[in-house]
Amino acid sequence: MQTGDPMLELMGWLLKATLQMATPLVLTALGGMFSERTGVVNIGLEGMMLVGAFSAVAGTYYVGSPWLGLIIAVIAGGALAGAHAIVCVKFKGNHIVSGTGIILFGLGSTTLGLQVVWGKQGLSDSVERIPEVVIPQLRDVPMLGTAFGSLSPIIYFMFIITALSWYVLYRTPFGLRMRAAGEDPSTLDAAGVSVEWTRIVGVVLSGALAGLGGAYLSIGFENAFGKGMTAGKGFIALAALIFGNWTPIGCFLAGLFFGFVTGLQFIFPILIPELVTLTNLVKILPYALVIVALAGIRRSIPPKGIAVPYEKEVRV
Amino acid sequence: MPQGGLTIYAVELENISKTFPGGVEANKNITLRIREGEVHGLLGENGAGKSTLMNILYGFLSKDTGRILIRGEEVELQSPQDAILRGVGMVHQHFKLIPPLTVTENVILGLEPVLKRLRAERLVETKHFSSLLPIDFRGAADRIRRIAEENGLHIDPDAKIQDISVGLQQRVEIIKTLYRNADIVILDEPTSVLTPQEVDDLFVTLEKFKEAGRTIILITHKLREPMVLADRISVLRDGELIGTVNKEDTSPEELARMMVGRPVVFRVEKGPANPGGVVLAIKDLTVQDKRGITAVRGINLEVKAGEILGIAGVEGNGQTELVEAIAGLLKSREGNILLNGKDITGLDPREVREAGVSHIPEDRHRRGLILGFTIAENSTLGRHHRAPFAMGPGRQVLDLSEADGITEALVDTYSIKVSDIHSLASTLSGGNQQKVIVARELSANPKLILAAQPTRGLDVGATEYIHNVLVSMRDEGAAILLVSAELDEIMSVSDRIAVIFDGQIVAVKEPEATTAEELGLLMAGHKQDQSSAEAVV
Ligand SMILES: Nc1ncnc2c1ncn2[C@@H]1O[C@H](COP(=O)(O)OP(=O)(O)O)[C@@H](O)[C@H]1O
Ligand SMILES: [Mg+2]
Repeated sequence: MQTGDPMLELMGWLLKATLQMATPLVLTALGGMFSERTGVVNIGLEGMMLVGAFSAVAGTYYVGSPWLGLIIAVIAGGALAGAHAIVCVKFKGNHIVSGTGIILFGLGSTTLGLQVVWGKQGLSDSVERIPEVVIPQLRDVPMLGTAFGSLSPIIYFMFIITALSWYVLYRTPFGLRMRAAGEDPSTLDAAGVSVEWTRIVGVVLSGALAGLGGAYLSIGFENAFGKGMTAGKGFIALAALIFGNWTPIGCFLAGLFFGFVTGLQFIFPILIPELVTLTNLVKILPYALVIVALAGIRRSIPPKGIAVPYEKEVRV
Repeated sequence: MPQGGLTIYAVELENISKTFPGGVEANKNITLRIREGEVHGLLGENGAGKSTLMNILYGFLSKDTGRILIRGEEVELQSPQDAILRGVGMVHQHFKLIPPLTVTENVILGLEPVLKRLRAERLVETKHFSSLLPIDFRGAADRIRRIAEENGLHIDPDAKIQDISVGLQQRVEIIKTLYRNADIVILDEPTSVLTPQEVDDLFVTLEKFKEAGRTIILITHKLREPMVLADRISVLRDGELIGTVNKEDTSPEELARMMVGRPVVFRVEKGPANPGGVVLAIKDLTVQDKRGITAVRGINLEVKAGEILGIAGVEGNGQTELVEAIAGLLKSREGNILLNGKDITGLDPREVREAGVSHIPEDRHRRGLILGFTIAENSTLGRHHRAPFAMGPGRQVLDLSEADGITEALVDTYSIKVSDIHSLASTLSGGNQQKVIVARELSANPKLILAAQPTRGLDVGATEYIHNVLVSMRDEGAAILLVSAELDEIMSVSDRIAVIFDGQIVAVKEPEATTAEELGLLMAGHKQDQSSAEAVV
């Protein structure tokens, strides 16, 4: 690669870092959206991501194909969400308690899995990554080459899934029913549609997308599973969901913004060398910005029926 | 219609019983047959079990025992979908509409047309993967527009429910049943949210339905309505079917007796008012609602000691904000509120209360009671920080035994039906909940009583009781501001009537010198020729 203008290169690199950091956030936030728009709070995204990240590596390790690993991750995330759905929707359990259980289960089961599969404590063996999409024509273009020359296909999926989510939510019968389930389940019921079923599908979808987000971390960005490797990204995705006002485009933009802020953390020490000694402080920066952003946000309006179990015969 | 001597029934309900999880027997062995093409009035007091029975027919509630036949065919309704597909439609008492969605989205919910090819003409259940195909919004909106035009129910399919009036929302509900090709239409208390003129429009629509051969079940607790429209009338009381009568063979008096179980006086018994000095004076009051929209626009009002001033108006014309501004719950933008000559504008609710204002709020669950508190606790609310309810240094400790004693006394004087003053307020019936509030508010010896929709949702007995209490407070010299959406209540209880429309007082009338029709027109915003000059009270 030729060395062009270092400033341009840095910007290209920041662009790429933004996309890389944003992808798991956007995917997971979109997942959370499907759950919460149908009325089920999902703070368990972190756990679902972790399980996704682990299953992707374990799947790839056993089956030998990272693509199959990716599918296994999506299924595993969806299955874990299924448990959340059954607790919250079928048994009218408390969404926060169930979600906390999902987080703890995600952390515990994947740590145990590391031990069982590889006999390791902290880091799994390396596996094959999902091959990146390389655009040779872009290689030598300054900035764009750095940014888009070679990207994981999951990053492209992220764009497609954002558009698909918008289509499903606003243009299909199922999306209309999901929105109704979250706003006023009794009205959906009176229209002859099963509230339980609509909510369960929404929650399972959220786990599948969080699983995909987790898989990106382990076999898209890295090539191994590390204990607790999501490091709170599930919670940041939750913040992106709220910041994005529970809409697909909102989740997408909020995810990109948070991704950008995370990317900045790598840029600062390069621009301001004095900061190198303060790496831990710099690492806090994106999270501090998240808090500032959430505090300064215009009021976001959650779905009306969120976290309220729907019981047919019970008066509201 | 009789065919060869046989009556065809659209609906037969046989021996329906229903007990709710809490133990309320809402329907007791009810057998009711609705003829094809008739308008059937279902009459009963609040809590008689009318909504429950019809929700069972709609598949929305389950029954404990009994059989349902629709056009002679026995059905087991698992969900409303089963009823909808058999031509049953229902306009619920509390609309089943989702405010942030559009009219079209609300109408098609559950039966969304997919793919342009189908052009929204045929109704098919969209299941599984077909529910991921694109909705034909254009076709659906066209169909809604056509249905609206054919039935004289004009509506904008793209408007959001939250932006349209309650009257229009009801149209959407009716269109929803037509969109589903319902030919058995249940309307649950459809008139309670409408102005008298809107009620007339509704009745015209229902006449059209009848001509088109539809079967209509009209639920109501107002005697007048089934007498206008229905062919036959069934009366429910306490979950039991008291009887079914032909309209020609009955009278309002007979229906009232069936409904209540005893003869009913239609007017409140009260002597002439004996007004004293001005207690409440409102000058040029302007108030914004929670969304920042001006709801009260420069109102001037006076209420004297010993009189009841009734505010008549369709809900949502500023009466809520007017009352809340006086009570200190909303800040006014302009103008003054004087109590016995003292300016109380901008005081907080506690200060207003201590100045001698009692408030019976219109939403008893949100503002009047804490449902998860006991009756004794609820009875002390608002005065819990003073003697005799609080004791100790700085009155920081509640005196619970004192509160119990006072509550027992209130329960006695106001004949509130409770098993125990330590049971939760949520376990009381609506009427008794309201009595708890009334007892608490009136026992504070108020100079001014704000009574907002004080009898909403109550049965005749409780309503009578509350009217009598208000009149006797008046006779003792309290000033009373009564806000009600029920014209009958306003006309029979008030000493003077002020009509509110769009945040302004548009007329003030003596109850003897006006009619329900005139007030109805004023409430709907029809200008008056001469009397606008006297709009300042
Ligand atoms: N979901 C419910 N749970 C418990 N009790 C109920 C429920 N719905 C209605 N009830 C009770 O059943 C009785 C009948 O109610 P309802 O059918 O709504 O009467 P109506 O429509 O005639 O006013 C009332 O005592 C009411 O409090
Ligand atoms: Mg009812």
